Amino acid sequence: MSRTKAVLLSMLACLGLLAGACASEDPAIEETNGTTESAPEFEEGTTMAEIQERGTLNVGTKFDQPLFGQKNPVNDEIEGFDVEIAKIVAQAIFGGTLEEAAENINFIETVSAVREAEIQKGSVDMIVATYTINDARKALVDFAGPYFIAGQDIMVMRDNEDIESVEDLNGKRVCSVQGSTSLRNVEEQAPEADTSISFERYTDCADALRAGRVDAVTTDNVILLGLVRDNPEDFKVVENTFTTEPYGIGIPKGDDAFRDFLNDTIEEAYESGAWEEAFDATVGEAGVDAPEPPEVDRYTSTGEASPAPTPTVTATASPTATGTASPAASPTT
Amino acid sequence: MEVLLNNLDAFGSGLRLTIALALTSFAGALAIGLVIAAFRVSPVPPLRAAGAFYVETIRNIPPLVLLLVFYFGFPDIGIVYSEFVSAALILALYTGAFVGEAIRAGINTVSRGQAEAARAIGLTFSQTLGLVVMPQALRSVVPPMGNLFIALVKNTSLASVISVAELTFISKRLITDTAEGLLVFFGTALAYLVLTLPAGWIVGRIETRTAIKR
Repeated sequence: MSRTKAVLLSMLACLGLLAGACASEDPAIEETNGTTESAPEFEEGTTMAEIQERGTLNVGTKFDQPLFGQKNPVNDEIEGFDVEIAKIVAQAIFGGTLEEAAENINFIETVSAVREAEIQKGSVDMIVATYTINDARKALVDFAGPYFIAGQDIMVMRDNEDIESVEDLNGKRVCSVQGSTSLRNVEEQAPEADTSISFERYTDCADALRAGRVDAVTTDNVILLGLVRDNPEDFKVVENTFTTEPYGIGIPKGDDAFRDFLNDTIEEAYESGAWEEAFDATVGEAGVDAPEPPEVDRYTSTGEASPAPTPTVTATASPTATGTASPAASPTT
Repeated sequence: MEVLLNNLDAFGSGLRLTIALALTSFAGALAIGLVIAAFRVSPVPPLRAAGAFYVETIRNIPPLVLLLVFYFGFPDIGIVYSEFVSAALILALYTGAFVGEAIRAGINTVSRGQAEAARAIGLTFSQTLGLVVMPQALRSVVPPMGNLFIALVKNTSLASVISVAELTFISKRLITDTAEGLLVFFGTALAYLVLTLPAGWIVGRIETRTAIKR
């Protein structure tokens, strides 16, 4: 008797689990499912509504970029500032707390070279992957943001007081990696700098800096901040970038409603302090204070995706029937 | 092929630095080797122990590790030399251990009777070594010295990891600029042959010139 009861109970439990699984796919039920805030409502047909209905936000990010998007080898979690930005967007779509909303994110690894193609294919709703906004890319995809301004910066010993900008590098020994554009930028902006020391890896430059063999190391601040995080008592970043790399959220071309929504979300995160919290918890670990958040650029999109160079890309402009076909790729009007 | 011809200047400067590095460190290695060999055959036990200790530590550590420790590690204890001097010093110390062993082996080929006869007619230890034993010993170490010199020339490529702009460093830089990996490394290999093949030939000449006519 008690045995049949146990079996019955376990079956009920299974049903309960199943119902729970179903519920997470249905926003109507999820609202009553213990979330602190109810899910916001979106106009029918918008990308936000479709993502909400689907229950999953597909986000492309990097899995190997320290501080921004890096897979934690211990627990396989993707961590970093880009990931936190994605969580903020997820919260704005699904409601609830940041952690609850994060459950609905499906992270997909997008290395630099495939980002435009993945957006156009519709395999991701958006890409947050240290994605620099520039005109060439704007012809293929649209950008919300920027939510962070990266750029080439200078790393010096923590007690160094005389190097504060790129001009101060004149007459100093500067290290970067062999064949990098970083060295060329320095040679242009500080022609008197001694750039004869170069290694194969940035960690070697860091060793040379610690050994007093060079006065400074220069490359993108994102890389430098990663080095500082690993050696916080030795190094610091000057925090005076001399090139500009605005990071934006890449989305399909012409989806202005989604882009406005993302820009609003970023600005709200600026005001609520969520952006600063996200920064402090990730990039801030390298010992830098959150900068002034960059102003969001609500540029006028050229609308249709420009003729793509390869036929495979043009094919993605029409909605395809591949099960997970992104609603974002379908016309919203 | 154009890549090589257009960058002959760069190759030339790299080659010059490689030669300079090889010659300075080989001169250093010979001096160190002579002292170490003298230590190892000396009648004073502490000197023998010091010589053995030097050889066994230095020759059993990879030269790349020695170089990195010296270049990146020693500044922590206040020892800082330029890239070129660091490389030359480490190559000399490393090769010196082998040179010392080669000379000691040479000394051992000279029969005991020679040294005993020298001591019997009243020569001091250093006179015995310098006037009787060494002249005979050095003849027999010419071939192993040639090997050590060739090994040293090849080891100079290690200096590229500490930014000495020698042949290997230059070729790595050329590859990032031109993306012609195969061609550039082919040219580099050729340049090393240009150095090592004549070295082997010269050693052969010295060997015949110094041979004892029996």
